[in-house]
Amino acid sequence: MLDRYGIVALFAFMAVLFPAIPLVFSWVIRPKKPNKSKRSTYECGLEFEDFPEEAQHVWVQFRVQYFLYALIFVVFDVEVVYLYPWAVAYNTLGLFALVEMIIFLGILVLALAYAWRKGLLEWT
Amino acid sequence: MDFINNIFTNSYEWIVYWIHSLLAGLNLAKDFENALVAAIMVFLVIIVILLWMVLMVLILIWLERKNAARIQDRVGPNRVGPWGLLQPVADTLKMFIKEDIVPENADRFVHTIAPMIVMMPAVLMFAVIPWGKGMFPVDLNIGILWIVAVASIGTIGVFLGGYGSNNKYSLLGGMRAVAQMVSYEIPQVLTIVPIVLMVGSMSLVKINEAQSGWAGMQWFVFAIPVGPIAFVIYYLSALAEVGRTPFDLPEGESEIVAGYMTEYSGMKWALFYLAEYFNFFIVCTIAATLFLGGWNGPILPGYVWFIGKVYALVLLGMWIRMTWPRFRVDQLMNFAWKVLVPIALVNIVLAGLALPLLKYFGFSV
Repeated sequence: MLDRYGIVALFAFMAVLFPAIPLVFSWVIRPKKPNKSKRSTYECGLEFEDFPEEAQHVWVQFRVQYFLYALIFVVFDVEVVYLYPWAVAYNTLGLFALVEMIIFLGILVLALAYAWRKGLLEWT
Repeated sequence: MDFINNIFTNSYEWIVYWIHSLLAGLNLAKDFENALVAAIMVFLVIIVILLWMVLMVLILIWLERKNAARIQDRVGPNRVGPWGLLQPVADTLKMFIKEDIVPENADRFVHTIAPMIVMMPAVLMFAVIPWGKGMFPVDLNIGILWIVAVASIGTIGVFLGGYGSNNKYSLLGGMRAVAQMVSYEIPQVLTIVPIVLMVGSMSLVKINEAQSGWAGMQWFVFAIPVGPIAFVIYYLSALAEVGRTPFDLPEGESEIVAGYMTEYSGMKWALFYLAEYFNFFIVCTIAATLFLGGWNGPILPGYVWFIGKVYALVLLGMWIRMTWPRFRVDQLMNFAWKVLVPIALVNIVLAGLALPLLKYFGFSV
């Protein structure tokens, strides 16, 4: 058991190394000649420096829709955590597990229907 | 025939034997020597997989451009090498010597680390993917859960890229990407549940072995009615998760100038690009494993079947990309929450009810 996750740990190590190698390699051989207009923020042909000070920050407000979707996402993601063990053990649990899971899914479908009805899923 | 079927597993054994004979002169303790050889072999396997994947990505880029050109009645790349085959190599060399421009206002650390974080899950997911009979780095008993869990790390990287650039378009692209990936993760994860239910295990190797009946043609996509529905939902939501064209709102170049990639150039941009193709390839390998039987198939060796299935799915994805226009945001969200999620939920209940029937046809172990 442990050596399986040892292999996974080696994979994690290589996952960090793999993108780092080309970055370092290209840092060694690429030209480095920055200038003012190269380093300015891209803005569709306008000069970013001409903007007023407060417009040079891009701290846009999030749409509230993003939060609503995130909330529903968390609900369903937690649900999935319960669904996977159920699916693995389904063969040994029998009919009772099926009825129980249909009730569990029913409650969640109710929640989804409520969110739907309340218009949380509408992108306005 | 046996020789060709087992060529990779046999060469693995030969290399283990060879390293053991190299180390024999050092008189190491038996346990230590075994552990050392195992560690060396894991590193070798990872390096081989990564090099193989880089080669695959080069081919994918060429295939994508050539395909796009043919579908749009153009010729496509045809100058560098025969049929333009060396075009992606030339592109890679160019990427290496391109200057890396970091905008003045950008958060330099976040800007640098974002492409690395996007790349990481793509590599981590290869830990459990079986390429053929006995050809997998590690057989985790939570294989499919590991893939699902690791895949969502990429979202963080994309958002960091959008945030760290300090550019309106990037931030908008990053936010869209998070909303989209998060929404499509739900149907994707829900639609795997019927497969786990049929196999009774989350290990990808077990899932492969469960599909070996009917002379290797008992794929879960034929497990009517559950399999085909699950396959279609998985494939569509996987395309959306990796941001392929009908779902490429995070990087819509005509509205938010490539989204989170706006301020990236040189190697960092290339990493984003590479990660995109890695992810596309991986979702195709997972779809092939879960629904199309993985390495199972008559006559030909397992790894040939596997790569063939993966490429069939890749070509299907390219075809969809070239044929469909981009969705609107509201259409995209509606499609995930009002179409895919309810169907996936119904499919789970259906799988639970139809299990005796599926068992009768031998789909469940």
